[in-house]
Amino acid sequence: MVKFQNISKIYPACPGGHPCVALDDVSFEIKPKEFVSIVGRSGAGKTTLFRLLLAEEMPTQGEIFFDGNDILNVKSKHLPLLRRQVGAVFQDYKLLPNKTAYENIAYIMEIIGASDEEISRDVSDVLEVVGLKNRANNFPAELSGGERQRVAIARALIHRPKVILADEPTGNLDPYNTSDIIQLLLKINEIGTTVILATHNKEIINYLQKRVITLDEGKVIRDEEKGRFVI
Amino acid sequence: MSSPTNMYIDFQRVVKSAWKSFFRDGGMLAADIFIMLLVISAATSLLLLNDLSNFLAAELQKKVDISVYFKEASLESDILTLKEDIEKIPEVKGVEYLSKEKAFDYFTEKHSDNPILMEALIEVGVNPFLASLNIQAFTASQYQAVADFLAKPDFKNIIEKVDYYQRKPIIDRIFSLTSNLKTAGILFSIILAFISILVAFNTIRLAIYNAREEIKIQRLVGASNWFIRGPFLAQGVITGFFAAVIAFFLFFSGSFLVGAKAGFLFTGFNAFNLFMSNFWLLIFVQLLTGIGIGVISSLIAIRKYLKA
Repeated sequence: MVKFQNISKIYPACPGGHPCVALDDVSFEIKPKEFVSIVGRSGAGKTTLFRLLLAEEMPTQGEIFFDGNDILNVKSKHLPLLRRQVGAVFQDYKLLPNKTAYENIAYIMEIIGASDEEISRDVSDVLEVVGLKNRANNFPAELSGGERQRVAIARALIHRPKVILADEPTGNLDPYNTSDIIQLLLKINEIGTTVILATHNKEIINYLQKRVITLDEGKVIRDEEKGRFVI
Repeated sequence: MSSPTNMYIDFQRVVKSAWKSFFRDGGMLAADIFIMLLVISAATSLLLLNDLSNFLAAELQKKVDISVYFKEASLESDILTLKEDIEKIPEVKGVEYLSKEKAFDYFTEKHSDNPILMEALIEVGVNPFLASLNIQAFTASQYQAVADFLAKPDFKNIIEKVDYYQRKPIIDRIFSLTSNLKTAGILFSIILAFISILVAFNTIRLAIYNAREEIKIQRLVGASNWFIRGPFLAQGVITGFFAAVIAFFLFFSGSFLVGAKAGFLFTGFNAFNLFMSNFWLLIFVQLLTGIGIGVISSLIAIRKYLKA
C-alpha cells in the first residue's frame, strides 16, 4: 500500500543556519488494512514522513510508492487526485474556519464530484458516527478541541480513502477525548482502511498492541509487530 | 477530464461557496465593496470629465469666429455672392450675414435699457453700423485660410476690414487652452486610474493573504486549483457587481440633483443630460471596471499560493 525506499530528507537551512537531516535512509512498507503507529521524539521525522506521503515536500533521495505508483513522478496537476486517496488528520485540525462542521466534511465530497444526494446522505451518516449530528451547523470556532478533531476525522474518512494519516491527532486533547479518537481510528481500521498514526502518547501505543515503527534522529531504529513504546 | 455535467456542478458549488462566504464576513465585504466603489467612481468621473472637457472645448470653439465688415457703399447682392463663395471653402463651417439694418436692430434691442447709448445713436442720426459676415471654421488653424481668401485684391473694393488679425492671438490661445485641457484630462485620468487599480489590487491581495492557511488546507485535502481559485474569482465578480450597482445609483442621483444647476458654471451645461447621454456606456464601464479588476486582481494574487 505504502512503501518508503531509502528515503532521506535534508533541509538546507535549519535553525542555526546549517543543514539538518530530517530522515536518513528510511525504508519500510505498510500493507493494506494495517494499523501502524509511528513513534519518536519531537524532531524524529514523523511529520516529515507524512508531508512526503502527501507530496507536500519532495525527498532529497529515495522513492515513495503509494498503491504501486511512485509519488515523485506524479505531475503537479495530478497531485489533488493522489491526495484524495489519503485522509489526513492533524494535531491542529486544519478545518476551514469559514465553513460549518457539515460544510467542512461536505467539501471533500464536493471536490470529488459527488452528487448533492450522496453528500447529504453520507455527511449525515458520518456525523452520526463521530457523534456530532447536533453540531453540524456550528463553525470550528464554536466547537471544543475534541469536537474539532472528530470533524477532522469525519472529513478524513467521508470519501472512503485507502489510507488515513493521523499526525498527533490527540496532541491537544484531554484523556476522555483521546480515548474517543483512538476508538474511532480503530473502528475505521476495522472496516478495512489502512491507518498510519504518529504519536508521542505512550499509553495509546501500549494499549493498541499494533505494529510500531520507532524513529530516532531520522532513522528507523525499531519496527515491531505488536510493538510497545520504547525510546 | 471533467464531463460538462460535473463542470456545471463544480461551477454551481463554487458560486454557492463564494456567495456564502461573501455574506459571512460582513466587515471584509463592506471594505471590499467600498474600495471597489472608489475605483469605479474614479473611472466614471474620468469618463464624465472627458465628456465635460469636450463640451467645454466645443462651447469655446463656438464662440470663436471672424467678422468681415463691408464698406458703406457695398451692394447687398455683392455681399451675398461673396457669402456663397466663402461657403464653398472646405474649411468653413458656417457663414452668417448681418445686414446694416439687422445690426442696428440687434444693437438697439441689446442696449435698449442704456439711455446714454440710445441718445448717442439718435445724435448720430444715421445707421452707423456696417453690414458684416460672421464666419466659423472647423478648427483654429483654418481661419488663416479664410483670412487669405478674403485678402484677395478682388474684394478690396467692398471689404472695409477683417477682424481676424486683431482676434488671432485670442483664437490661438483658446485653441491651445482646449487642447491642453484635453491632454491634462487624459494624464490625470491615467494617474488616477493607476492609483485606483493599485489600491483595489492590494485590498484583494490582502484578503487572499489572510486566506492563505485556508488555501493550504484546501490543497492538502485534494482540491484542484480551479476549485480553490473559483470562489475567490466569484467573490471578485460579486464585489465588483455590487460596487458597480451602488456607483451607478450614486452617479444617477447625484447628476439628477445637480442637473441644470451646474449651468451657472458653464452656460448650457446639464449634469443629468451628460449622465443620460452616456447611460449605457456608463453601465458598461462601471460593470467592466468592477468585475474586471475584481477578477484579474484575484487571479494574480492567488497565483503564488497555488504553486505546487
